[in-house]
Amino acid sequence: MPETLKMTFKDKPNDPTKTLTEPRWVRWALVSLALLFVGLFLVLPLVEVFSAAFDKGFTYYLSVVRDPVALSAIQLTLISALFSVVLNTIFGLASAWAITKFQFPGKNLLITLIDIPFSVSPVVAGLIYVLLFGLQGIWGPWLAAHNIHVIFAVPGIILATIFVTFPFVSRELIPLMQEQGSDEEEAALVLGAGGWQIFWKVTLPNIQWGLLYGVILCNARAMGEFGAVSVVSGHIRGLTDTLPLHVEILYNEYNFTAAFAVASLLTFLAIVTLVAKSLVGAKYEQEKQVLPTSLESERTV
Amino acid sequence: MSIEVKNLNKTFNGFKAVQNISLKLESGSLVALLGPSGSGKSTLLRMIAGLEIPDTGEILLTGREATHVSAKERNVGFVFQHYALFKHMTVFENIAFGLRVRKQSEKQIRDRVHELLSLIQLSGLDKRYPSQLSGGQRQRVAVARALAPRPGVLLLDEPFGALDAKVREELREWILRLHEESHVTTLFVTHDQNEALEVASRILIMNNGKIEQDGTPIEIFDHPATHFIAQFVGETNYIDTEVTEKGLAVWGPFRFSIDPKFAPHQKIRIYFRPHDVYVTESFETLQVKARIKKTRFKGTVIEYLLDIGEDKSIFAQVPKGVALASGFKENQDVYAAITAYHVFPL
Amino acid sequence: MNFQKSRVLPGFGLAMGLTLTYLCLIVLFPLAALVLKTSALSWGQFVQEVASPRVMASYRLTFGASFVAALCNSVFGAVLAWVLVRYDFPGRQVVDALIDLPFALPTAVAGITLTAIYAPNGVIGKLFAPLGISIAYTPLGITLALIFIGLPFVVRTLQPVLESLDPEMEKAAVSLGATRWYTVTRVVLPSLLPAWITGFSLAFARAVGEYGSVVFISGNMPMKTEITPLIIITKLEQYDYAGATAVGLVMLVISFCLLLTINWVQEHMGRYRAH
Repeated sequence: MPETLKMTFKDKPNDPTKTLTEPRWVRWALVSLALLFVGLFLVLPLVEVFSAAFDKGFTYYLSVVRDPVALSAIQLTLISALFSVVLNTIFGLASAWAITKFQFPGKNLLITLIDIPFSVSPVVAGLIYVLLFGLQGIWGPWLAAHNIHVIFAVPGIILATIFVTFPFVSRELIPLMQEQGSDEEEAALVLGAGGWQIFWKVTLPNIQWGLLYGVILCNARAMGEFGAVSVVSGHIRGLTDTLPLHVEILYNEYNFTAAFAVASLLTFLAIVTLVAKSLVGAKYEQEKQVLPTSLESERTV
Repeated sequence: MSIEVKNLNKTFNGFKAVQNISLKLESGSLVALLGPSGSGKSTLLRMIAGLEIPDTGEILLTGREATHVSAKERNVGFVFQHYALFKHMTVFENIAFGLRVRKQSEKQIRDRVHELLSLIQLSGLDKRYPSQLSGGQRQRVAVARALAPRPGVLLLDEPFGALDAKVREELREWILRLHEESHVTTLFVTHDQNEALEVASRILIMNNGKIEQDGTPIEIFDHPATHFIAQFVGETNYIDTEVTEKGLAVWGPFRFSIDPKFAPHQKIRIYFRPHDVYVTESFETLQVKARIKKTRFKGTVIEYLLDIGEDKSIFAQVPKGVALASGFKENQDVYAAITAYHVFPL
Repeated sequence: MNFQKSRVLPGFGLAMGLTLTYLCLIVLFPLAALVLKTSALSWGQFVQEVASPRVMASYRLTFGASFVAALCNSVFGAVLAWVLVRYDFPGRQVVDALIDLPFALPTAVAGITLTAIYAPNGVIGKLFAPLGISIAYTPLGITLALIFIGLPFVVRTLQPVLESLDPEMEKAAVSLGATRWYTVTRVVLPSLLPAWITGFSLAFARAVGEYGSVVFISGNMPMKTEITPLIIITKLEQYDYAGATAVGLVMLVISFCLLLTINWVQEHMGRYRAH
């Protein structure tokens, strides 16, 4: 009997942690593979953008970026991003409030409908506005008769940008507010607070990081949108050119260095977005944690 | 403030959470709503606060119709099961919230908050955030926040549910003292019978959306109104038998005199508590022979499984002191009598 | 209605009204316009538009390249997620942040940059040109661009699931005598499967609709390297609204199907993940 017992102990590995992770060479190979992949696919393009942008020196770079056409593209990009961030934030807050604080039939359908713009190709997003507002579109003749320009004009660009960034804020807020529940809002209500007081003093401070996170993503996509905007813009230099469209125009004119110079501005924006996202992301993670109420908390304090 | 509820009903997706409940609480009373989970007690409490709207029925606060008054206007204090403290506000701001929305002056707010902080014995912690408090401290802040606007009623939903045993004990004492000082009408929901029996002056027992009994703790404990309460409150033995003849039921060696309203041969269930089984070493009148099969130590009492012959056994509990003095041990022959019992038709 | 009465918190009317109005104005009405415009075509016309050889070739290219790209992303995305969650190495946090670059980088920038890299005179294209392999302006280049834009989907859906896996589960497997290989393939990977499928579908769906990052590297040769979104744009530029609308509707229906599939996968296969 003792013989067999000894045997089974011998069979067990000496180091139990050994079987909880991979052999060293496997880990080393996987990390190398991951780093190689990231280097090739993510880092190399970043390097390429900046090296190509400064191909003809800093002076040339400045002259491209300060060109009036470039400046007006920057302006239009900022305007359309501003519209979509503000409107989609208001929408995100309203939809998250309706969906997470109340019960109503068709809730899941509504959540799915809100997600539609994510799955629609940007080109189709542009197309639907052309079909609605373009000269051949449903409201096109009426708009033309009243001399209102939507397609190949700024309103179309703003609309297309709003469409592609539509779900960004609500997608962050709905799961966050669902997780947090309505206890604090109910407590405020019983204490005599009105709807707006509850919203500003209780709900908003609880979701501020999630909201900011959604806004950062919404803004990045709005400033960088290409496909949808390309369809509705008409590419009128200095008038209906956003930064990404300006990049395309310069590139198609074989003015590669200038194209990359403008692209470097957008790349810089992307890097800022990534940094902001990591910083805000950490706060956002904390916000998702509900205050513990278990016995555990009694002992940790 | 008094609370009156008339014929209240609430259904969630076909589940009848509250069924035709009526009750009346006098101003200044301290009442417990006791029941197993899912019995509808929290729903009833939330309807009184205005956090759920009843399907039918009426709620009157101080005699005034309040069924369709918003929770915002009802002037009730509510303490949530998980406290629902505002996590981004300090203790001070949490307690001050109800005063700020009522636009009280800064001085009034400061005075009231500090008064409450000393009442809940947390003076000096006013700048802490909820995450920096222990569970018991959070619970007290939640009570202070509910009391700050001087509500007419204080409603507490499982107020000690998430705390460990020792802290619960302290908070029970504290709630009792708080009630003695403030005299605010208090209704609290609990699934813990000891909490209800110890703290409340009146207990409403709920089961399946209905109130099964309404009475003082002693009434509830000694005179359970239904099968459910006889089993739910306190530990109990029960035996199923039938009426032998008018006024008498026999089970094994035991003879029970019963209400003559039970007809002969009617099936009945008799409940009796283990501590109402009187166990002695030597025979006394009306006792029957029994043998101790098992003993179990339960702190202040010792529990015995008694074999009373005919393949029948019952549980008896004896205070530890008495048990030790008598020197009861397993397989010892003793004598037992049932001193109190309740009979329900089956 | 009964549920109208049972609202306790304020603001339902305002919030719901705003949500529905905005949703209809921005999303539903314009999408309805697409369906409405298509219904003006006869069935014969519609089929002719969406099944012409040039359009069919574009479907083959778009779906083929998207599928291969999503597949590559499933493999490399899983490796990246695994490495980021399980191992510690210098620069881990930077790599973690960089994963989102394809989300944050405008697609046009990605497009011209990838073209510059993989063109015959580019940093990497140069290495392959002497071997007679061209990357840019071929389906291979398109696939590479789609790998780039789809990468974050797989990593970001796998990462949280991998993080939330109970380490006790692996210890339990080991205590029962399982080898590491057995534990990973039979215990860890199966519990990642729903997230994996979701990540794959998301990357695939994104790739099918992608335009900006592909249009520069594809070369846009009809029948050879022309993707379906480009067909829509070309038709629009030629004022062929009927054609653009018909192909647009096909794309829309496909993206709906993908959206529903993803929702279904998350609802039905993710069930045991909740425990």
